[in-house]
Amino acid sequence: MKYLILIQSNERSLALWDKMSDDERTAFGRGHLTLNDEMSEAGVLVASEGLADPALARFVAVRDGSTVVSDGPFTEVKEHLAGFYLIDVGDEKEAFSWAAKVPDAATIGVEVRPVLDMSGWEF
Amino acid sequence: MGVLKSFDDVLRAAAPQVLGAVVRRYGDFDASEDAVQEALLAAAKQWPVDGVPGDPRAWLIRVASRRRIELLRNEEARRRREAVPPDPPPEVRGDDELTLLLLCCHPALTPVAQVPLTLRAVGGLTTAEIARALLVPEKTIGQRISRAKRKIQEAGGRFSLSSLSGRLPAVRQTLYLIFNEGYTASSGPSLHRVELSTEAIRLTRQLHERLPSDGEVAGLLALMLLTDARRPARTRADGGLVPLAAQDRALWNRAFIDEGVAVITEALRSTAIGPFQLQAAIAAVHAEATSAADTDWPQILQLYRLLAAAAPGPMVTLNRIVALSEVDGPLVGLRALDEAAGDPALAGHHRVAAVRAHLLERAGDLDAAREEYLRAARLTLSLPERRYLESRAAGLR
Repeated sequence: MKYLILIQSNERSLALWDKMSDDERTAFGRGHLTLNDEMSEAGVLVASEGLADPALARFVAVRDGSTVVSDGPFTEVKEHLAGFYLIDVGDEKEAFSWAAKVPDAATIGVEVRPVLDMSGWEF
Repeated sequence: MGVLKSFDDVLRAAAPQVLGAVVRRYGDFDASEDAVQEALLAAAKQWPVDGVPGDPRAWLIRVASRRRIELLRNEEARRRREAVPPDPPPEVRGDDELTLLLLCCHPALTPVAQVPLTLRAVGGLTTAEIARALLVPEKTIGQRISRAKRKIQEAGGRFSLSSLSGRLPAVRQTLYLIFNEGYTASSGPSLHRVELSTEAIRLTRQLHERLPSDGEVAGLLALMLLTDARRPARTRADGGLVPLAAQDRALWNRAFIDEGVAVITEALRSTAIGPFQLQAAIAAVHAEATSAADTDWPQILQLYRLLAAAAPGPMVTLNRIVALSEVDGPLVGLRALDEAAGDPALAGHHRVAAVRAHLLERAGDLDAAREEYLRAARLTLSLPERRYLESRAAGLR
């Protein structure tokens, strides 16, 4: 089963990041790289990425058949998606134990969402 | 092209038996697989020129064994030990594929690892094919397989058929998992997954041929055939689910039903009964009804009661309640459901809500039914199921 581990950035996480020393920040980043390797080696990693600053986000909409790209309503958002891990594991418990290894779990916490699959039940 | 295809078929059919023979003799899954790969390559080069040998399997085993011994000697030399005495290559044995299957379902592995390893080593699928079928990247599957092999190696991955009876449940479970992975919507990106069901049926059929007196292998084969028979009717063109009661039974695969019914009838007559046989028997009762209204629900209820005694589980409980409500009416079913919903294994499970919705609809309480359909739709992890439940709710507006 696939699970998406979501890492949010918000005022709390930014305040924590602000207080970190350079060494602590390096260790944090290295924690992500190590986890990435560990997930890959265990054969559970589907994809993982860190996202660029929301200031670089653009809003795409189609109106009357033409595509409009704008800055969007992002400036007022206090919390945004900073990165994710998509993993494929046997069950929820396994997903939780991988989520617990994400460095951000030790600071603000991470969100784990099950991914819909194509299975079905006849009744 | 035709000739190439036939080489391919011969190689693919022989590969698991060759690998099984080499692993049985020399141990070390990984090195044995390398040796078999080299033998297959040699065959692909030589056979088109020299012709296919009289006994292709024996030829492959001979070449793979020779290569395996070389690898072994290299290892030994590296460790500055004496060279191994020249072993005669293992003879061809009918049970090599079974040995390999048992190895792939090694208890040291989780199901997540057993499935791709079995598909790779016994099914002969490529890592890319497995990755496509399981909807994960090829690299992820590659890692999973090599990790699984390492684990088997660490656990002393070399065993005989003496452990057969203890290991068979794991083998049956793995084959069932492979089947279920494939038994999904048959359109769009899930097309590849259908191959998994076909592969699971092929492997289970082989296992049944080898162990005809194992009632549960027979039950598993019958269950797969009778379930797969409904595939053409269970999804709409857009991938939406069609519930059993609404399926066009003319679309069911008659050949699979006949074979499945024959296999389960024989097993029930001649072997000790078990959970797979009971599930197959239930599927057979459905298959034999000419219409949903003709279904022999009292018999299905009886079978679910036996199944609940033999292998209790939350899904068995729910299915028994569905059968009960078909026999005694939705109100009796709803009461049973309220009692069962206290079970922690069922608490918060979307299928409890789905069954409740269904029973409320039948009882005529449409508002409550709609609420429960929507609750079930929110809780399910399956996209087709969510769509189905939402459309049922919309139908009650």
